[in-house]
Amino acid sequence: MVALSPDLRRRAAPIAGDRSRPARRLALFLALLLAAVAVVSLGWGASGTSLTRAVSDLMAGRELAAQDRVVLLDIRLPRVLMGMFVGAALAVSGAVLQGLFRNPLADPGIVGISAGASLGAILAIVLGGALPAGLAAFFGWHLVSVAAFAGGWLTTLALYRIATRRGRTSVATMLLAGIALGAIMAALAGLVILRANDRELRDLTFWGLGSLAGANWPKLLAAAPVMALALLYAPWLARGLNALALGEAAAGHVGIRVQRVKSRAILTVAAATGAAVAVSGGIGFVGIVVPHLLRLASGPDHRWLLVNSALLGSVALLLADMASRTLIAPAELPIGIVTAILGGPFFLWILLRNRGVLDL
Amino acid sequence: MSLAAADIRVRLGRKEILHGVSASARAGEITAIVGPNGSGKTTLMRSLTGELACQGRVTLNGRDIAAMTPEELARRRAVLPQAAALSFPFTVAEVVRIGIEARGEPADALVPKALAAVDLPDFSGRLYQELSGGEQQRVQLARVLAQVWQPLDDGGPRWLMLDEPVSSLDIAHQLTVMRLAAGYAGAGGGVVAVMHDLNLTALFAQKLILMSGGRVLCQGSPEEVLTDQALSHAYGCRLRVNAVPDSGIWVLPHAAA
Repeated sequence: MVALSPDLRRRAAPIAGDRSRPARRLALFLALLLAAVAVVSLGWGASGTSLTRAVSDLMAGRELAAQDRVVLLDIRLPRVLMGMFVGAALAVSGAVLQGLFRNPLADPGIVGISAGASLGAILAIVLGGALPAGLAAFFGWHLVSVAAFAGGWLTTLALYRIATRRGRTSVATMLLAGIALGAIMAALAGLVILRANDRELRDLTFWGLGSLAGANWPKLLAAAPVMALALLYAPWLARGLNALALGEAAAGHVGIRVQRVKSRAILTVAAATGAAVAVSGGIGFVGIVVPHLLRLASGPDHRWLLVNSALLGSVALLLADMASRTLIAPAELPIGIVTAILGGPFFLWILLRNRGVLDL
Repeated sequence: MSLAAADIRVRLGRKEILHGVSASARAGEITAIVGPNGSGKTTLMRSLTGELACQGRVTLNGRDIAAMTPEELARRRAVLPQAAALSFPFTVAEVVRIGIEARGEPADALVPKALAAVDLPDFSGRLYQELSGGEQQRVQLARVLAQVWQPLDDGGPRWLMLDEPVSSLDIAHQLTVMRLAAGYAGAGGGVVAVMHDLNLTALFAQKLILMSGGRVLCQGSPEEVLTDQALSHAYGCRLRVNAVPDSGIWVLPHAAA
């Protein structure tokens, strides 16, 4: 047939418009940057503990000072790890959601998914208090994580059903439905909070603002595996999301099982967002800023976008966390405020840049 | 080897759009689906591609497409969509790759060949969203060609299914695309195209399927289908078919009703 026999084995010089090489280099750079930022972040803080002293202690074969051990291993390490996981989870959620809705403005915070996850977490905290003490202690943060996941999943599912008609997803409907769903979730959360006692209220306040301050090993161990699973699975969605950019029908024509990709993308977003919200509250805008910057830098190919989003999301959240720890030291600014102050204007900038291009 | 629909019915909501359509296309030919707006052309096309579930049977190279996996189907036929919107700033090269990489195969070698075939050899580094409508249409055609570039294990024909492939093109590029389709068919491939321009259709298609009101009014060679009577009946207006020496058949509209 057509005089075009394929020669797939031979690797030729890179084709113009193929951005996989710069994207790969960017991934390497981001991985190194993340390692550096994580180390700095570990040494960063108000207490007198210094990472260099601790390292030189270790190198010299000395035991760590008790205070250094507590600060580094029990306070900062879980917090740094939590920041990395949460940042990666939020950024990847944003990238997957944007691919699913085929729109750069989709974000778990903006379309109400975080609100749904929050409602789940709040229900777990308040109603979990009503459980027999043994049971509640047994589930602990797992219960909150699972409830947040369920809340996020149901919200995403509802959002997708509402915004999609005959295989076409309307962006305007998605954003408006997201506002409505978010408001409903917030109202329900308010109702639940009215029933909360003082201890529960203290647990709840950080959801409104978003913070990594409560990070500790039990929370990390409850939420990190869920986020890790979602993060590891996300790259398997890449080809499907790339094809979806052509539209659902065309994605089906190139051999993608569209319904399967969509439902798995929704599950991935719900797991990542749910677990992140369960342990850190509503940290906004990471999911929209990070993928957008990466698309500008190395294109929208999801095979790189998802990996790089995880890396840059971690870096961004660690930097924001360091800012939140120092700006008004010795007090601490909730990290959600930092990301909103930086991310809000960025979101508006995307809107303005795309005015007339986005079909709203 | 053929692509055939046997008594297919399609319902969208409460309305039946196709009322028992049987039609077929042979590999090695261009088969055009023609008919007025709303006659069911696109619905028939979407049934033939497997996109739309329908009652009845659609067979591709003798196999029921309902029994084929999406990957099997994607190797055997590629579909050029009518609208070609893209949601993110992909480059032309990245768009052409999508169809091949969807099944995890390397695409490097095919991208320049497919772009050369649609007369856009130097476009691979350009951003798709910054191209004109006609250029985007040809990039999509390159993507579709690349998707079915590789011969099948069983040596069977591969199919191009084109939904209004020339609707946003200037006349020179309409000819580019139709010649490309003719070359594809000439090399043994199958081409099924939804067409509006009857004259272009008469020039290039070996078989026509004339749709009207969700049914096949008639199908056959251009000479058999493009008649005053059939066209006037299908389109509901007076049309005159003329045979012009050396150029085949021409359909002329009347100014008066």
